[in-house]
Amino acid sequence: MYRYLISRVLLTIPTLIGAAALVFLLMRLIPGDICLVRLGSGGSSFSTDALLACHKEIGIDRPWIWQFADFLWGLARFDFGTSMWSGKPVITEIATRFPVSLEVAVLATVIAVTIAIPLGTISALRQNSWIDLAVRTFSIAGLATPAFWLGIVSILVVLDVSQVITGHPWMPPIDYVPLWQDPLRNLSIVILPAATIGYRYAAVSMRMTRSAMLEVLREDYIRTARAKGLLRRIIINRHALKNALLPVVTVIGIEFAFLIGGLVVTEQVFNLNGIGRLMVLSVQNQDYTLTQALVMLVVTIAVLSNLVVDLLYAWLDPRIALA
Amino acid sequence: MAVLDPTPASVAALDEAYAVAPRGVWATIVRFLRRQPVGTLGIVLVLLFGLAGIFADFLSPYNPTANDFAAMTEAPSWAHWLGTDQLGRDLLSRILYGSRTAFIVGLTSAVAGGISGLVLGVSSAYFGGRVDLVLQRVLDIVISFPLIIMALAVVSIFGTGVQNVILAITIPLIPRCSRIVRSSALAIRAVPYVDAARALGYGHSRIIMRHMVPNVMGPFLVIITASVGQAILAEASLSYLGLGVQEPVPAWGLMLQGGAEEYATTAPWIAIFPGLAIMLTVFGINLFGDALRDVLDPKLRIR
Repeated sequence: MYRYLISRVLLTIPTLIGAAALVFLLMRLIPGDICLVRLGSGGSSFSTDALLACHKEIGIDRPWIWQFADFLWGLARFDFGTSMWSGKPVITEIATRFPVSLEVAVLATVIAVTIAIPLGTISALRQNSWIDLAVRTFSIAGLATPAFWLGIVSILVVLDVSQVITGHPWMPPIDYVPLWQDPLRNLSIVILPAATIGYRYAAVSMRMTRSAMLEVLREDYIRTARAKGLLRRIIINRHALKNALLPVVTVIGIEFAFLIGGLVVTEQVFNLNGIGRLMVLSVQNQDYTLTQALVMLVVTIAVLSNLVVDLLYAWLDPRIALA
Repeated sequence: MAVLDPTPASVAALDEAYAVAPRGVWATIVRFLRRQPVGTLGIVLVLLFGLAGIFADFLSPYNPTANDFAAMTEAPSWAHWLGTDQLGRDLLSRILYGSRTAFIVGLTSAVAGGISGLVLGVSSAYFGGRVDLVLQRVLDIVISFPLIIMALAVVSIFGTGVQNVILAITIPLIPRCSRIVRSSALAIRAVPYVDAARALGYGHSRIIMRHMVPNVMGPFLVIITASVGQAILAEASLSYLGLGVQEPVPAWGLMLQGGAEEYATTAPWIAIFPGLAIMLTVFGINLFGDALRDVLDPKLRIR
């Protein structure tokens, strides 16, 4: 078990270094020069000297190999440098935008889990009934609906409904306030984006819950539990659901990792100033340091949730660690 | 239509025909349609949008890129069934042509990503050991890499255009497909006939192509079907962000960008119809994919 744990943890290191190399190369393959953008943004002319000085200032005049070594050394010390565009520390740039993205992602997960597990379970217990058919249709539709379109439509619906009820259209406020400052205002900002992402997320988890439950319900120990006369409620909650949840937790973990990286479109629709939009902006500005840090953040979240899922599996099913 | 009473002779003849003749392609299709009514609904939806894309030239009542400033943001009417957008372009025509873009991008990326994933997944399982370890780590990197950065980089390096959108969508599909194929192929690898084939002196490529690939066709077809839907959704998202297909090419995601949001309150049809087209197409593909999985996976067939 410890051997497995250690080897599994060590295996994340090449993945992280590989991702670092990939983003490093991709950014430098993109034609353009942040200094040209920075110096030229005022519309004024500038000398070659100024351009070279700018290159020197942000350190892109050195050979790639040195820049890369610097980047890795920074990563190892959790020092991400300063943004090449704004000059502020990368940590500050990310810290101001991360809370809103994280909150949307967490709330979407909560919404997804509260919808998916009960509905998936009912669907499995009443297999091939009309309720099963309804739940399955609902979940397949969830997989087919583009989140950004759902966002646009939900804004439209909120506008129309508020117009009818209060007489004037209501729009969610744009400027983000933390939950502990003004909970109501905060929730009114994040609830719609979280719900639109949560629908797809719920759809994926619902399908997983259903198929895992169907598999578990056919196990011998369920028949035994039934035969010895246990209450149906106890069989479902303790014997079946508990065992069926493992693959569901996996899907939730993996989807959560993708969620953080996939928020861009939703943030665009709802005009949220989160890390998704920061990511697009930083690539367009050719801000190497900021983009690299953002990518490493997203990749690390993905790698860590994969790791947790794997370890959880090994802990619950010791055969995996031995294999 | 007259219904014939089955005579004992005809039943016997039928039985014999079924017992002797292997089922042909048509018989398989008919069987699928009869056993999987929901999957059939999926096929109908996919065919509807697919044919709309193929025959867009004949079906479209208007030129999809022609502006008509006399008919801007018009509500659905007999002249414009689905209304017009902020530049007076006919929405129905744009959705029909958009279907072509969606299917070209969706099918090409899914097939390219699927086949690359198939080859990588089967080879990884077949060779095992270090090859497997290294290959899986490389795919780990790609799978955890944010899609949007990849797409931005591809578009910034190669420029926008349908072929680059396809490239940006294909890359992340490869590791997803490869993982699923690999797990099936690992099971096949353990079956003695693979070792037997090695002992007979067959080369690696022959064993992979002739002995292993055919046996993972089931999960492969299912994942490739699902990938078409995912690719269409990805194309819509990228186009919506302005990183995908560019104007004036009609694409569903592009139709939801800019104007759709700006005019959403006064002309909601601009925002609603393209989204419905995306949703129905992917819905149809998913229904078909689910039915296909039920048919191909014997374990699920009893359910």
